[in-house]
Amino acid sequence: MSEEKNIIQPAEQASKFVNPLYAKREVTGPDGIKFIVDPLRDYFSDQRPQIYEPNSIPVIEKFLNWARAESLWVLGFGTGCGSIEIAPLLTPRFDAFRYGVMPRPTPRQSNVFIISGYLSIKTLKRVVRSYEQMPNPKYVLALGSCTINGGMYYDSYNTINRLDHYIPVDAYVAGCMPRPEALLAGFNKLKELIKDGKAENANEYAKNFDWYKANQKKIIKDWNMPDYNW
Amino acid sequence: MDFDFEKIGFTLLGLFIVLNWGLLMGAAMRKLGARVGRRYGIPWFQPWINLFKNYAIRSTLSHGIMFYLGPVFRLSGGIGLFLFMPMIIGSQLWLNYSFQGDLVLIMYFQFFGMLGMALGAGESGHPYSAIGISRGLSQFTTIELPLTLAIISIAVQYNTLSIIDIVQAQQGGFMNWTVFTNPVATVAAMLSLLGVLSHSPFNLVNAPNENPIGPPTEYHGSFLGVLQTNRAILHVVEAALFMNLFFGGATNWFEFFMKTFLIYFWSVFVGVVFPRYRIEQSVSWFLKVPLVLGVLAVILYM
Repeated sequence: MSEEKNIIQPAEQASKFVNPLYAKREVTGPDGIKFIVDPLRDYFSDQRPQIYEPNSIPVIEKFLNWARAESLWVLGFGTGCGSIEIAPLLTPRFDAFRYGVMPRPTPRQSNVFIISGYLSIKTLKRVVRSYEQMPNPKYVLALGSCTINGGMYYDSYNTINRLDHYIPVDAYVAGCMPRPEALLAGFNKLKELIKDGKAENANEYAKNFDWYKANQKKIIKDWNMPDYNW
Repeated sequence: MDFDFEKIGFTLLGLFIVLNWGLLMGAAMRKLGARVGRRYGIPWFQPWINLFKNYAIRSTLSHGIMFYLGPVFRLSGGIGLFLFMPMIIGSQLWLNYSFQGDLVLIMYFQFFGMLGMALGAGESGHPYSAIGISRGLSQFTTIELPLTLAIISIAVQYNTLSIIDIVQAQQGGFMNWTVFTNPVATVAAMLSLLGVLSHSPFNLVNAPNENPIGPPTEYHGSFLGVLQTNRAILHVVEAALFMNLFFGGATNWFEFFMKTFLIYFWSVFVGVVFPRYRIEQSVSWFLKVPLVLGVLAVILYM
């Protein structure tokens, strides 16, 4: 991976997408002092993601990895047409609850992010935001061939082709569309990776943050959020 | 002041038993719900795994001091309820720190955790939290009304505010239980128990698929672990309160497990049958049947 620097967006390009209400401007305070207000930037944090080392005692880390693997909470965010395959997982026929899989409605409480199929650029922005808001041991399960090489949308003007240029992926489930059984097999593969201690992609994301950010900013033109949504 | 280390040890052991019993009952509840939906359901040890995983989340994020204190208040509400609740009658060691007039304190502790949680979740700044809190507080206020009236009726009936005295007055055969001596108050309280345990008809506040997911929207990692711990303790202690007030208390742990299980599963059985109420429906429901029964129970014993 190349160590490119963060791409700073040109000012005129950025201002094109910003609501005039949130534009940078000079304001006179009640006591006559003039100061510059940048409403978007003022609420942003410049904090970068941190690397959280695994527990130094191997037995404890192994036990915690087992607990993480057996309790996969999925972020319920249908990103592409593959999300239609997620709903049957919770029905009596497939019943993913048996394997400790449970949907959660908020990124703060979830550990697995399922990217279900193609990602349009508009959705990629929300995906990045949601991924970064998830707490540290976090895993990405990419569903369908669209996330591998673009699939049938490989030449589309507004979808991305390779997901792992933008967020790190732990396991792929190939197919168009993969059936729920394939998704369950993907969960089992993810469990093996977690139990072996190989699913440390949250730390990889923090290590190669600049590379991922540069790739994201190449695609997302109207970048009006912090570099890292902590 | 001299410390009774034996009593402290037995209280901590009781807390440990109650926590594990609560987690096991939670798993049984989800298993039952799954079987009713023709699913296999979670493994019985899933709540413990979820708890370990949540405490082992590496990165946590705080929105301020009150955000930290919200789960702490909630947990101290649950443990406070436990501390003043006699578990096993007839044994000095399992009475915890129950004293004369603990019924009033327990009524207070029921609301205490909820108010702390409201302050904490409010500081997270998430709009779903604010909506969840306003729904939760308005629902719980109407739940408390019939419950308080039923408890006033019992206090008048037994002429005491001590839970131990109330339990001892019910000893000597099941016909002495409050459920037979004061059925109107029992019905009013058991209907409000459905809301206190917040299972299906009255679980809109924390429903993941209506309003993701109410007050704990921003809580994650160990914060959420504390909330889960409290939920397990609170469910057993609430069931123990109803066991003491209406069903003759328990004289050994086996009786305690049987009675709390049946009381808890009264709300689970109702929950798997009835779909979820909207908040204005549940508020008006609690202000109709249970409230009228509560008023009737007080009038009958005046």
